[in-house]
Amino acid sequence: MPGPILTTKDLSKTYDDLRAVKNVSFSVERSEIFSLLGPNGAGKTTTISMLSCLIAPSGGDAWIGGHSILNDSMAVKRMIGVIPQELALYEPLTAHQNLMFWGQMYGMQGSALKQRIEQVLEQVSLTDRADDRVEKYSGGMKRRLNIAIGLLHRPELVFMDEPTVGIDPQSRRNILEMVKELRSQGMTVLYTTHYMEEAAELSDRVGIIDHGELIALGTQEELTQMVGEQETLRLSFDEHESAESLLPAFSAMPGVLAASANDHQVALSVNRAEEVLADVVTAAQKSGKRIHEIVIEEPNLEAVFLHLTGRGLRD
Amino acid sequence: MNKALKISLKDLQILYRDPAALLMMLAAPFMLTLALGAITGSFSRSSPGISGIPIILANQDAGELGAALVEAFAAPELGGLFAVSDSQDIPSARQQVEDDAVAALIIIPQGFSASLQPDPASGRMSPAAPIEIYTSPERPNSAMIIEAVTGEMINYLEAGGVSGQVAVENLLHSGRLPANPQSIGVYSAQLGERIAPQASAPPAIVIRSASGVDVNEPTNYLGYLAPAMATFFLMYTVAQGGRSILLERDQGTLARMLTTPTGNAQVLGGKMLFVFLAGAIQVGILILASALLFSLRWGSPLGVLLLIISVSLAATGWGILLASLLKTSWQIGSIGSAMMLIFGLLGGTFIPITSLSEPVRWIARITPNYWANLGFGTLSAGGELADILPMVGWLLAMAAILFTVSVLAARERWKSGFAKK
Repeated sequence: MPGPILTTKDLSKTYDDLRAVKNVSFSVERSEIFSLLGPNGAGKTTTISMLSCLIAPSGGDAWIGGHSILNDSMAVKRMIGVIPQELALYEPLTAHQNLMFWGQMYGMQGSALKQRIEQVLEQVSLTDRADDRVEKYSGGMKRRLNIAIGLLHRPELVFMDEPTVGIDPQSRRNILEMVKELRSQGMTVLYTTHYMEEAAELSDRVGIIDHGELIALGTQEELTQMVGEQETLRLSFDEHESAESLLPAFSAMPGVLAASANDHQVALSVNRAEEVLADVVTAAQKSGKRIHEIVIEEPNLEAVFLHLTGRGLRD
Repeated sequence: MNKALKISLKDLQILYRDPAALLMMLAAPFMLTLALGAITGSFSRSSPGISGIPIILANQDAGELGAALVEAFAAPELGGLFAVSDSQDIPSARQQVEDDAVAALIIIPQGFSASLQPDPASGRMSPAAPIEIYTSPERPNSAMIIEAVTGEMINYLEAGGVSGQVAVENLLHSGRLPANPQSIGVYSAQLGERIAPQASAPPAIVIRSASGVDVNEPTNYLGYLAPAMATFFLMYTVAQGGRSILLERDQGTLARMLTTPTGNAQVLGGKMLFVFLAGAIQVGILILASALLFSLRWGSPLGVLLLIISVSLAATGWGILLASLLKTSWQIGSIGSAMMLIFGLLGGTFIPITSLSEPVRWIARITPNYWANLGFGTLSAGGELADILPMVGWLLAMAAILFTVSVLAARERWKSGFAKK
C-alpha cells in the first residue's frame, strides 16, 4: 500500500490542566525508523499510548495503515506491535509461556504460533533459556523478551518506547542492532528515546519533542543545518561538583549562544569553540571548580535541541 | 470467549506457582480446621469426625432404670454417637479419662432406679440419685454432648417418675387404690417396670435449622468447620483475584494486553473467569479432601456442586467489585483481608449461624459465607437439592448484582485510561 504507514493530525492529550501532547502532526513512511527524541516528560510515551489505542486523544486523530485510532482501533491493534518502556512480562512464567500467551492475545495459535515463538526466541538469543522462569533472567534478558513479545505477530509497525533504559552497554548494543535488523526486514519502527546518540545512529528521520510539542522534524542533516556551523563545547567537572552555578557566567559570555547543565556537565552552544575556550576555562577556575574534560562536538541533535529549547536533552 | 479463557488459564498458572497463595488457599483452611477441631475436641482417636465418642459407663444400680440408661447410650437411634464400654473399676476408669483415653466416665449410682420411683409408703417422689459425669478437659465439645444427652435421658426418666407419683395420688384420692403401704408399693413397682423400657427411647437432641431441616451442629462441629473455613478462605482468594487486575496494571501487562486486538470486555471477562475458577477449584479441593481425610458427609453431590458454583460466583462478585472501586493493589490487599474477616464473623465461620443474634443474622445475609454455610449445613444434615435452592438463589442474585455494579464501574474507569499506570 503506497503512502505513509502512520499519519497523525493535531494529536493532543490533556490531563486536567496539563496539556501533555499539543497538536502533534507527523507521518512515518513504510520501512523507516522514525525517532521521537525528547527529554523525560516531553510527551513521547503519551503519544505512543494514543497511537496504540491505549488512551483516547483529547483532540486530533491518527491513521495507521489507513485505519483511524478513534474509529477502528481493533484494525490498528492488529497492525502494530508495542514494546513498552517498562517491562511488561509475567515473571512467574517461562519465556516460552509468556510468548505463547501473548501470541494467543494476537490471535495466533497452533503450529504457526509455535514456529514463530522459536524464531523470535532465536532472534533475541533466548532459545537456550526459553524454559526458565523469567524471574531468573537478568535485566538485559528481560528487555530482549519484552521486545520479542512485540515482534511475535510480525507487526507492520513497531512502537519501541525507550527500549534501552536501564540496561548494560552490551544489551543496549544488541537492541540497537536488532532495531536495524527489523528495518532490513521491512518493518517500520517508531522509536522514542532521550539518548541523542541512539536517535542519531538509528533514525532515517527524527522528530524532536519538548513539552508536548513537536518542535522540529526532519533527517539528521536537515536538523543539524538548523544550527548552522554551531559547535557544542562540553565541559565535565569532577563528579562531586555541580555545574549549575556556572551557567549564568557562561551564558553571559560573548560567543556563547546557549548553555545547559546536567549534574557535573555543562554544554555550551557556540559558533567557534576556540574563541570562547579561554574565557570558559578562566571562569571555571575563578569559581574554584576543576575541569575534568573538555570535548568539542560537531553540530548534532543535542546541539539542535539546545539551540531550539535553550536546554540540554537530559536537563 | 476464547481469549477470556486464555487469560483466566494464564492467571491460574501464575496463581498455582505462588507458594504463599497456595498456603493461604489450601493449606491454611486445613490447618485451621484441624486446629479448631483439636481445640474443640471434635476428633476422637479411634474414629475421625464426631461419631464414636468413647465413654465408660459404671452402672452401680441394681434396678431396671440403671440398666435402661446403659442400653440407651448404646441405642442404635443415637447413630453410633458414643462408643460405650462398661467398667466397675472406678479408679481405673477415672485414670483413663485423665489420660484422655476416653471422653468421659458416667457413674450411675446405687439406688438410682429406686430414687425415680414413688415412695411405697407415701407415694411421693424423692430427688433422683445424682449421676456423676467425669469428663476429659481435653474434649470440651464431647463433654458438652455427653452432658446434654445424659441430662435429657434423666429428664425423661424423672418425668416418668413424676407421672407415676401423680397417678398414685389420683388413684388414692378416688379410692381405687387401697391406702395401705403394701398396695402402694406393689403398684409403684409395676409403674417402674413400665417406665424402664421407655427410658431406652432416644433423647431429643435435634436442633432445627432455619430451613426446617435438622442440622446437628453441636454434634458435628467438624462438619460445620470444614465448609465454613472453605468459604472463609474463598473470600481471601477472590480478593487476591481482584487484586491481580491492579497488579497487572502496576506491572504494565494490563496495558500491553489492551494494545493487542483484545477488547476491554474480554480482559475483564477473563479476569472474572479466573477469580471464579480459582475460588471454585479451591472450595472443591477442600470439600473433596475433607470428605476423604475427615470422613465428613457433605450430602447430595449435585447440591454440593451447585453450592460451590453459586458461592464462588457470589464471592467473585465481591472480589471484582473491590478491583472496580479501589485504586491500588495495596488497598485491595488490606480491605480484602478486612472483608474476609468481617464476612467470616458475620457469616458463621467461627460461631454457628444459629448462635448469632437476629440483627446480626439479618446483616449476615449480604455475605456469601452465610448462605453457603447454611446450604452446606443443610446438605450435610440430609437436606435435598430442593432444600438448598433458596440459598443458591440468594447467592446467584448476589453475584448478578455485584457483577452488574462492577462492570459499570470498571467500564467508566477503563474508558479513562485506567489500564495505564
